[in-house]
Amino acid sequence: MSSTPDTHEAATSTGAALALGDDALILSHRLGEWAGSAPVLEEEVALANIALDLLGQARVLLSLVGDEDELAYLREERSFRNVQLVEQPNGDFAHTIARQLYFSTYQHLLYGQLASGDGPFAGLAAKAVKEVAYHRDHAEHWTLRLGDGTTESHERMQRACDALWRYTGELFQPVEGLDVDHAAMESAWLASMTDILGRATLTVPSGPRTGAWAAGAGRQGLHTEPFGRMIAEMQHLHRSHPGATW
Amino acid sequence: MTAVTADTAGTTGVPGVSDAAVAAEQAAHEAVFDAAVAAEERIEPRDWMPEAYRASLVRQIAQHAHSEIIGMQPEANWITRAPSLRRKAILMAKVQDEAGHGLYLYSAAETLGTSRDELLDKLHSGRQKYSSIFNYPTLTWADVGAIGWLVDGAAITNQVPICRCSYGPYARAMVRVCKEESFHQRQGFEALLALSQGTEAQHAMAQDAVDRWWWPSLMMFGPPDDESTHTAQAMAWKIKRHTNDELRQRFVDIAVPQAEALGLTLPDPDLRWNEERGHYDFGAIDWTEFWDVLKGNGPCNDQRLSKRRQAHEDGAWVREAAAAHAEKHKHTGKHGEAQA
Repeated sequence: MSSTPDTHEAATSTGAALALGDDALILSHRLGEWAGSAPVLEEEVALANIALDLLGQARVLLSLVGDEDELAYLREERSFRNVQLVEQPNGDFAHTIARQLYFSTYQHLLYGQLASGDGPFAGLAAKAVKEVAYHRDHAEHWTLRLGDGTTESHERMQRACDALWRYTGELFQPVEGLDVDHAAMESAWLASMTDILGRATLTVPSGPRTGAWAAGAGRQGLHTEPFGRMIAEMQHLHRSHPGATW
Repeated sequence: MTAVTADTAGTTGVPGVSDAAVAAEQAAHEAVFDAAVAAEERIEPRDWMPEAYRASLVRQIAQHAHSEIIGMQPEANWITRAPSLRRKAILMAKVQDEAGHGLYLYSAAETLGTSRDELLDKLHSGRQKYSSIFNYPTLTWADVGAIGWLVDGAAITNQVPICRCSYGPYARAMVRVCKEESFHQRQGFEALLALSQGTEAQHAMAQDAVDRWWWPSLMMFGPPDDESTHTAQAMAWKIKRHTNDELRQRFVDIAVPQAEALGLTLPDPDLRWNEERGHYDFGAIDWTEFWDVLKGNGPCNDQRLSKRRQAHEDGAWVREAAAAHAEKHKHTGKHGEAQA
């Protein structure tokens, strides 16, 4: 055996940092696309606030792995390790809220577990879990308003929940280096969805929670088509000036 | 100032009260108001104020609020392409601040009895203006820096004196706004400095941006004093403290040494220090362009307004849902949320 337990631990926590860092980086970017287009001024502030929290988390996590800008701007699509859920296009406000509800509930459970342990992410998670609690509350409140608002908002919110449901299974696939109980997280997440969607007069989607592709998904570097265009936009300026500092 | 409330300020409508008595009461209110303004006291929402003062403030605060939210667009244009994560975080925070400024300012206007919805409606229908500077496009990353340095710099020069405006809520909103704007201006300067001292291509990008933003920034102070329709009255009311030309000169005097520090040239061959005046002289501003952009013929007038209208229309179902939800749950107070 060539690697010591210490270097093995470092390598696995690097993979985990990349997975969590990419989740935060990509969702932050998608939320940033809302700037100037939110349905109400208060949401301009709220969505930007969430995007900034996530970007802050991403910068800490990516810096554990290497240079944050090299990792964000110079990796190819297949090297990103984020779940497919976070890269999904914003769609209408209901889709953005459904994506936030699914992701922030997962992230809150995850960071809650990491914060209570003594692993390499405990410090970051202890700070982030407070931010994410707000993200989750924000998504929950909007899910209730849209689900139990008008006929149109109810239909839009249901469609959004249904459309993104197939990306939620991946959240609970084990990630090497993350010492958490994925099964417990998944049942807590499902219980939470049942509760919130129920109170929002919405139906818990019944379709499959993962895609049929045996090759895997985001954690394996397999992404959806819109992701390539998203990172092309994100990276083009940085890549156009190799070696420049900003 | 002495509180003369809206309740006591209305006409009596009581039979037997003569027009002369009403006029005398009006004159008494005006005397109290004028004395308060003269004594540098703040006028507060429930104080009596002349209708023209109220209308003038609503016009100015609304235009300022609209400028904040339209002004998000040219910068948001670069959020998804920001060239480093640090720059991206700074830019997102800045655009978020502008939304926050919009909120304070619409709230300040609400204290004068005009709702945000009403003002947004006037913006969307073109009946109220926003600063013409935002009708210029952000073509490169350096434009983000140039906006911070020049546009926010000009805005601060305009806005710092408004912190002493006679209307309390506007003055207090401006104290917060100016603190954040000063951070925006510094980040713009610092972003341009990094470009100016960077590669040749980055330096050229910075110079090009300054070349395009300099003159429109000088136009932000409004028409020359002899053509400004609002200045005299606004100064008498202490809404405004300095004339357009005074503020423009102050801005030029600050910007010239900053441009030297940046290693960038300002695109004005007539710009030189005038020992006698103690100020920089500068070339003639193209007021034809200013009026033309103001009338709607700028490069982005249509784009900015249609994007704003589109966001508002696309968001209508969300606002309706929030209102419907609040209505359904107003009696229970539960809002459908889990009860402890």
